[in-house]
Amino acid sequence: MKPPPTAQVVLSTDDIRRAIRRIAHEIIERNPDLGRLVLIGMRTRGVPIARRLAEAIRGIEGAEVPVGALDIGLYRDDLSRRSLKATLQPTDIPSDLAGRRVVLVDDVLFTGRSIRAALDAIIDFGRPESIQLAVLIDRGHRELPIRPDYVGKNIPTNANQDVQALLAEIDGRDEVLVTARVEVE
Amino acid sequence: MAETIAVRGGRVIDPASGHDAVADVLLQDGRIAALGPDAGQGASNVIDASGLVVSPGFVDIHCHLREPGFEHKETIESGTLAAARGGFTTVCAMPNTEPAIDSAATVRYVLQAAAAAGNARVLPIGAVSKARKGEQLAELAELAEAGAIAFSDDGDPVWDAHLMRRALEYARMLGLPVIDHCEDKSLVAGGVMHEGWVSARLGLRGAPAAGEESMVARDIALAQATGGHVHLAHLSAAGSIELLRAARDRGLPVTAEVTPHHLALTDAAVLGDPQDEAGLAYDSNAKVNPPLRGETDREACVQALADGVIDCVATDHAPHATEDKLCEFDHAAFGISGLETALALCLSLVHDGRITLPQLIERLTVAPVRALGFALHVEGLGMLAIGAPADVTLFDPDAEWVVDPLQFASKGRNTPLAGRTLRGRVVATVYAGRVVHDGR
Amino acid sequence: MTTQPSPMTPLEERPAWKRRHLLDLDDFSRDELESVLSTAEAMKEVLSREVPRVPALRGTTIANLFYEASTRTRSSFELAAKALGADVINVAAESSSVKKGESLIDSVRTLQAVGASLLVIRHWQSGAPYLVARHCDMGVINAGDGWHAHPTQALLDLLTIRSHLGDVQGRRVVIIGDIAHSRVARSNLWGLTRIGAEIVLCAPPTLLPAVFTADDPRALPAVTVEHDIERALDGADVVMALRLQLERMQAGLLPSLREYAHLYQLNEERLALANPGALVMHPGPMNEGVEVSPAVAHGAQSVIEEQVSNGVAVRMAVLYLLARGNGA
Repeated sequence: MKPPPTAQVVLSTDDIRRAIRRIAHEIIERNPDLGRLVLIGMRTRGVPIARRLAEAIRGIEGAEVPVGALDIGLYRDDLSRRSLKATLQPTDIPSDLAGRRVVLVDDVLFTGRSIRAALDAIIDFGRPESIQLAVLIDRGHRELPIRPDYVGKNIPTNANQDVQALLAEIDGRDEVLVTARVEVE
Repeated sequence: MAETIAVRGGRVIDPASGHDAVADVLLQDGRIAALGPDAGQGASNVIDASGLVVSPGFVDIHCHLREPGFEHKETIESGTLAAARGGFTTVCAMPNTEPAIDSAATVRYVLQAAAAAGNARVLPIGAVSKARKGEQLAELAELAEAGAIAFSDDGDPVWDAHLMRRALEYARMLGLPVIDHCEDKSLVAGGVMHEGWVSARLGLRGAPAAGEESMVARDIALAQATGGHVHLAHLSAAGSIELLRAARDRGLPVTAEVTPHHLALTDAAVLGDPQDEAGLAYDSNAKVNPPLRGETDREACVQALADGVIDCVATDHAPHATEDKLCEFDHAAFGISGLETALALCLSLVHDGRITLPQLIERLTVAPVRALGFALHVEGLGMLAIGAPADVTLFDPDAEWVVDPLQFASKGRNTPLAGRTLRGRVVATVYAGRVVHDGR
Repeated sequence: MTTQPSPMTPLEERPAWKRRHLLDLDDFSRDELESVLSTAEAMKEVLSREVPRVPALRGTTIANLFYEASTRTRSSFELAAKALGADVINVAAESSSVKKGESLIDSVRTLQAVGASLLVIRHWQSGAPYLVARHCDMGVINAGDGWHAHPTQALLDLLTIRSHLGDVQGRRVVIIGDIAHSRVARSNLWGLTRIGAEIVLCAPPTLLPAVFTADDPRALPAVTVEHDIERALDGADVVMALRLQLERMQAGLLPSLREYAHLYQLNEERLALANPGALVMHPGPMNEGVEVSPAVAHGAQSVIEEQVSNGVAVRMAVLYLLARGNGA
């Protein structure tokens, strides 16, 4: 009987708050014309992060940046391996992305395949001027040439580890955990 | 060449004499030589029947052997072998062959083929009308002389009432019954299953019970008018049984039979198994004419058999080739291959306490003989009397077995019971003093 | 465009989609109906885009095997398949060349051999999709079989009703027309009663299977039968008129179309007897002037065109879910 996996807290509630605030500052710095900015959160946990970023930007600059939500279920390239449990949620993105700058927001960046699917989806909606990527955690192990523009924290991991971001809006608390995956015999 | 065989130590049930006790049956020269507690002592050829029931060989008065003309569905050889497996030592062959059994030559052909196969006794039923077209009477006297023991146009009704009347009058002169498949086709109007809840749900055209009942009423009226003997084939509807009951109360010359599938199954068989995603819904193996009806009808059939209003059981064995059933429900052929599952289905009535075992055996042996009145033809048929033919069936009323149509002796694999566990199995069958089926 | 929180449905709690086939709605659980409808909502969003296409079923081949003429349903399925990025094979089998079921099974196996993994089949014999599902490995979608079922039609009807009325619990849906021969009526019966609606079936006795009326213990309690259209419409929230099926009607079920229209046509006067704002629906194609008057067919309460557009979204949802159920 293997011992239960130990979860290591790599980001605390305060860490997450500070990281989001810092990313908000960085976004403002790189995108002086906030009127053309759109934040698009990737379902599920990218969406509350995007909202918090918008709130932080409002707090810092007083500007209202619109927030959209993207479900990449219809764009994944690994349909057969995906769990049959998840159902689609509607995608909610402004149709006029032309001339806008999109910041795609996700919780954990890993292989990069989700981001690739998201890029496909966004381009189906229109041609933004540019797409930037903001992630709370970058855990490495990229399988595609995707790189984030804004990172909350870099956490090098092994392939057999799981990184889980918990957020108050969904999970009741703010925390990022790293656990070793229990081997299934 | 019939040997001397002693069937020893079984529970011998002979409904004709009322015998129901452990005893031996001694068979010699193709006849029953002795019956009693130690009648088989000293015999060299012994069949140990301890723990089994020993009865007269079953008699099936309604069976489709398909030969001549439809040998891809069944031959006389495969059909009689299936009969033997099912414990039937005598079967009556319906005339819807190609050519129909409407000439002496075809009667003789059937008798010869049966004798050559040697698995069971086959008594041909002659057609009522030429080529079974329902227009002109066939040469009934010639058919009788050649060996036909009754007349019928089954798979079809004698739809013309005037022809039915004349057939009854003529057959009465010959002392033989007319067996009618009661179905008013204009009412049935292409129905492929019983008209009821299941057909409405499945969106299939239904055959109303009135389609059978109306012709039963007609035939009863004609029996009364002519004094001729009408035997009602495969009754299925509660209304038909009510009419029959009244006719018998009036002493009219009307007899009737019921099939094992109408005693055990209902139209729910077409719905299939809800657990299986594609399920057996629209299982064409449950498509039969007359159709499997509702629970009320099934119950009426069981009750009528139990109290004797329906005289006997008959299988209506209707084998088909795979391609005749492997298609859309509407296109599939009607019929169930029933010889090899008949006993088990009938025994379920005994297991449920609806009828006693000796009564059931009676309905399978001497009752069909009496119903058609052909005790005249073969002395002692359906009985274990001294001098009667050495036709004996040994069965285990409690043995459980799983139905596998691929193991059938019949060429017809078409049964809705595939994969089901049944209770009651024929262990051995002796026909004319020879063991024709040994499943020990 | 959201600037406020949307309800975070716990996706992980939804039961897994297990079905390989969509043959009928009669054994669908409420959860399964919800799964299809919410997936259809997501698909509606895809269809509203300028380029209504996603790569979800790229690499999947879907075969449309139609033994009955149908422009509407077939093009709906074709659009749905293409919107998901799938490849489509269309086979319109001439009914005259179909003699026996053996050729049906052969045709189906051929389609499987050339790589189709999902089969959409419409056939004029009830039960044909079940036969097919038993004899091939593809996922089978019933696009209408004889009188028996038309599950995608009922699903799109459900979607349309819900988008207008919200919760259907306790609402009254009246179905008028040739119920005996209608696969649309049957499938709607199962779907609507499962999500809590009350149904009134309205037709002359010759067009109503007797068994749908009460005495049978298997009869659905939420279904009543009414031969008088005015009584039937009282309190109706939805009125569904069925096409009078000339091609399947046996002679002798109705004296004339004129008499049918006189007794059962949904016109403005009769529609006024229903609840205000009651939805008018029809599966199409309509016999205007027979089962429904032109004024009502094109009137303010008619949602008939929405039914058609919802049809593509629903069929996308069905193809998507079944592709996953079949591990495509």
